[in-house]
Amino acid sequence: MATDAPKKLLEPFFWTLFSAGGVVAALLMPVHIFLFGLAFPLGWIRDLSHTRALALIEHPLVRIYLFVFCSLPLFHWAHRFRYTLYDGLQIKHLNEVITVFCYGGAIIGTALAGYLLLSLP
Amino acid sequence: MTPHEAKGATQYTTYHPRWYRTRVSTYWWLGKWYYLKFVLRELSSIFVAYFVVITLLQIHSLSRGPEAYARFEERMRNPLMIALDAITFLFVLFHTITWFNLAPRAMVVRLGGKRVSEILIAGSNYVAWLVISASVAWFILR
Repeated sequence: MATDAPKKLLEPFFWTLFSAGGVVAALLMPVHIFLFGLAFPLGWIRDLSHTRALALIEHPLVRIYLFVFCSLPLFHWAHRFRYTLYDGLQIKHLNEVITVFCYGGAIIGTALAGYLLLSLP
Repeated sequence: MTPHEAKGATQYTTYHPRWYRTRVSTYWWLGKWYYLKFVLRELSSIFVAYFVVITLLQIHSLSRGPEAYARFEERMRNPLMIALDAITFLFVLFHTITWFNLAPRAMVVRLGGKRVSEILIAGSNYVAWLVISASVAWFILR
């Protein structure tokens, strides 16, 4: 039973991250994808120049915003993808590997976002 | 049998016969729209993660200078990328809509002892979404 204790503590923690990431993805992602994935590449709106984009990202609040924008949705993905593989494809025997892959990916992505945003000029 | 014995017989033990479970097909979710909707909603998370990766690549190219950033923008103009981003946009919209429609059930709000109607909670989420999206677009494009 003792080995179950950390699991039971981590589950609500990860669920909170999943839920917060779901909110961030729902509120912020559509407009980002519309602009950077469709409107700019298709020429509906003129592309941001490098200088302009750098100027936008200069403010610390924008960097914090982008950090949250990258990190929380990754934990949202980790939770959903884990259960999709578990229930949807019924890959139950690989449960541990999948858990490590999903949350490990989210943690690495979060670290990468922090590193990139801090190392910007 | 005395009542005491009968009680003992229903006590839980760590041993039990194997449960009877019919095997569920791997494609169980294809049968009904309701199940398919559930799986599509869960799959939307892959597109959410994909766009985070795109954003990280964009920040990376931004930090490497104007040429690298121009290369990033060039790659985003590739028709395959645009097609993938269009699909991503639809999946993330699906996530947004299903998330807001579920919100009233996950979060029951009471005002003056009365439960706030589901339409009102979902509606306020949609309004917040529109206001935030417009603000983000204004900030980027101003």
